Amino acid sequence: MMRPFEYLKETPSQTAGPYVHIGLAPGAAGFDIYERELGWDIAGPNAGGERIRVEGVVTDGTGAPVKDVLLEAWQANADGIYAHPEHPGEVEDGFRGWGRVITDFETGTWGFDTVKPGPVPGRNGRLMAPHINLWIVARGINVGLNTRLYFEDEAEANAADPVLNLIEWEHRRQTLIARRSERGGAVTYRFDICLQGDGETVFFDI
Amino acid sequence: MSDQGEFYQRDRDWHPPALAPAYKTSVTRSPRLPLISLENTASEITGPTFGHGDIDAGDNDLLTNFAKPGESPIGERIILHGRVLDENARPVPGTLVEIWQANASGRYRHKKDGYLGALDPNFGGCGRVLTDDEGRYSFRTVKPGAYPWRNRVNDWRPAHIHVSVFGTAFAQRLITQLYFEGDPLIPRCPIVQSIADPQAVEMLIARLDMNATIPLDTIAYRFDIVLRGRRSTMFENRPEGN
Repeated sequence: MMRPFEYLKETPSQTAGPYVHIGLAPGAAGFDIYERELGWDIAGPNAGGERIRVEGVVTDGTGAPVKDVLLEAWQANADGIYAHPEHPGEVEDGFRGWGRVITDFETGTWGFDTVKPGPVPGRNGRLMAPHINLWIVARGINVGLNTRLYFEDEAEANAADPVLNLIEWEHRRQTLIARRSERGGAVTYRFDICLQGDGETVFFDI
Repeated sequence: MSDQGEFYQRDRDWHPPALAPAYKTSVTRSPRLPLISLENTASEITGPTFGHGDIDAGDNDLLTNFAKPGESPIGERIILHGRVLDENARPVPGTLVEIWQANASGRYRHKKDGYLGALDPNFGGCGRVLTDDEGRYSFRTVKPGAYPWRNRVNDWRPAHIHVSVFGTAFAQRLITQLYFEGDPLIPRCPIVQSIADPQAVEMLIARLDMNATIPLDTIAYRFDIVLRGRRSTMFENRPEGN
């Protein structure tokens, strides 16, 4: 006898609210509770590849910094491998590829240290340019926003990237390119995110 | 081979819209241009994994994880439990569930919360746990209080607990809030009511679960969480490439 398929609906999203730090980064909320907070070390000590810092500000539709935002990063290692059982290959011991950051409450600046990811095979074997996947939640954001950070110095790979090429408005692709600078040997990529208005960042429905 | 394919498209009409004008903060924080739809790649079907080395056994007990030895937070003692499933009704084992909430007087332990309601020296307000092999999770906590918030001049949040869940893929990442059965503030809340479909709101309401209560000790509420499900790969192009 045929049983009908029993599909469920996804639980609807709600905003993370202004006090997201209590749950996901309690040290920042102002108290110590867990032995280990999660997400502060993305690459671990053994990861190969170039050590980089990523920094930025999230701004709202009026141009003001969003100071209560929380971002999560998800990336492959320098060999283009995700630390996940479904992805073929091995990552370095201690490499998780996932991070969680909040902003400075005064300035709205956020930043994290990691390694630059390698290119990752995409659909039908087409290579995707190196990128970091970002997920953004805050008060006033009803469903977490997905975007991708690509790297300025990967112009050739970016030009061939199947995801960037999906964006019909070529000038909007620039909103996903982080700008590289070097100070005293330290490499920083600047990636500002604009939630709304002129220069609105491209967000994805994944 | 089962459930190795792409995720079912997210039903954006079931979720709240980015712009929900009665929830005023959403007005300037909502993208105005359409989201670019992305067919799943390895970047979306993978996601972080967590193990028992990442958390401690007592992290899911908010009655004790911040309290001084021998003391307890004030408020209605509750068990909050349920299962994490996917849209195919299959359990999601070993996934991280994190919660945070106000205390019984509606006050958050956060340097930015200045509400009159008193802080409770024995209540931190956060917990985390991994689901078991059948996707089950449980916490002990106190029922949070309602509190006023700056939106319209007299808006009050219904009692709620924030919930964060990972699943197995970055495409499943979800943050939501659960409410409590019978709370008269639910239909008045602009954040809850940003969700158009009343059946979707129903999914956010934890139900009194007398069978899970501990008599003379702790009352229980049940809250099941559903994450996105995946197609089978029988006739699929594999998103990670062939």
